[in-house]
Amino acid sequence: MISITVNGTAVEIQTSMSVKQLLETVDVPPNYLAVEVNGDVVPREDYSATTVSDGDDIEVVTLVGGG
Amino acid sequence: MPTDPIIADDRPLTIGTHTLASRMIVGTGRYDTMEQMRASLDASGADCVTVAVRRERLYDKTGQNILDFLDLDRYILLPNTAGCYTAADAIRAAKLGREILRSLGNPGSDWVKLEVLGDSKTLLPDPTETLAACRELAADGFQVLCYTSDCPVTAQKLKAAGAASVMPAGSPIGSGQGLLNVNNLKIILEYLKEDDADYPVIIDAGVGTASDISEAFELGADGVLLNTAIAHARDPIRMARAMKYATLAGRDAYLSGRIPKRLYGTASSPTDGVISTRPYGSQA
Repeated sequence: MISITVNGTAVEIQTSMSVKQLLETVDVPPNYLAVEVNGDVVPREDYSATTVSDGDDIEVVTLVGGG
Repeated sequence: MPTDPIIADDRPLTIGTHTLASRMIVGTGRYDTMEQMRASLDASGADCVTVAVRRERLYDKTGQNILDFLDLDRYILLPNTAGCYTAADAIRAAKLGREILRSLGNPGSDWVKLEVLGDSKTLLPDPTETLAACRELAADGFQVLCYTSDCPVTAQKLKAAGAASVMPAGSPIGSGQGLLNVNNLKIILEYLKEDDADYPVIIDAGVGTASDISEAFELGADGVLLNTAIAHARDPIRMARAMKYATLAGRDAYLSGRIPKRLYGTASSPTDGVISTRPYGSQA
């Protein structure tokens, strides 16, 4: 098990995985989302090549209503 | 092409490389339902709508995503940095918003409504953090539509920092107080357009009702951005329609040129040939 933080909450996952795999666990189309790993935005084309590792701080955001 | 004769008779609102048919930009927040939001946007006639960036799954309790209710072929999305209190946070939000819009193939991916607040009660902007964020985002290729107070000095600094549009507040966000300091707004319009008449100045925040929008356009504002005045009206869809006509009326009035205000009356009917026992204009 490795420990990561997703949107401020500690999460245990079985093993390191790519951002692409991580987003498959979210019930929202991936193009509705953007991902930050340790403060840096991960471009969509890098989702497969970017690995989430122990201790990483992940933000997964979407769009909501706003003014 | 716009079918409305008033819009067709005007040049479109150009902000950086973006061109909008409607001069009113409308927010998507605070509606009771997504369906109500969609119908209100439709009634407003806007072709640019703002959205906010938030953590997935921690926000919308209904499980609905706004993107399922916005026609992305019809609307250009303008992501905001609402809720940010530091330049660093606003820059993060801007970059995340850019990434989502890039994934969606929406033209809004290269711009941002920059909003860096300094006080949670008044929702007034923090000028130094806003300026720092504006400078950095512009250098990073963003077209920055920059929310600010009605301070002419700050407005000038933001334009110099590379803002594609400076957007002074009419009054505090969501307050519905209309245009509190018309004189400052006039000065901002004068200063920012001094060397570039086409530089877009958009009044953002404080609109309470339709006449506030007309007033903004009559002053010479290029656009108006609002949200709550529509979303929290008793009948949002009808208010959205009122705002559309207020936009068209105010802009048309500005382009027409108002008459000067005079202390005394001037007759609009001929002064000759009056059927009267008293000569025209005489005292009793």
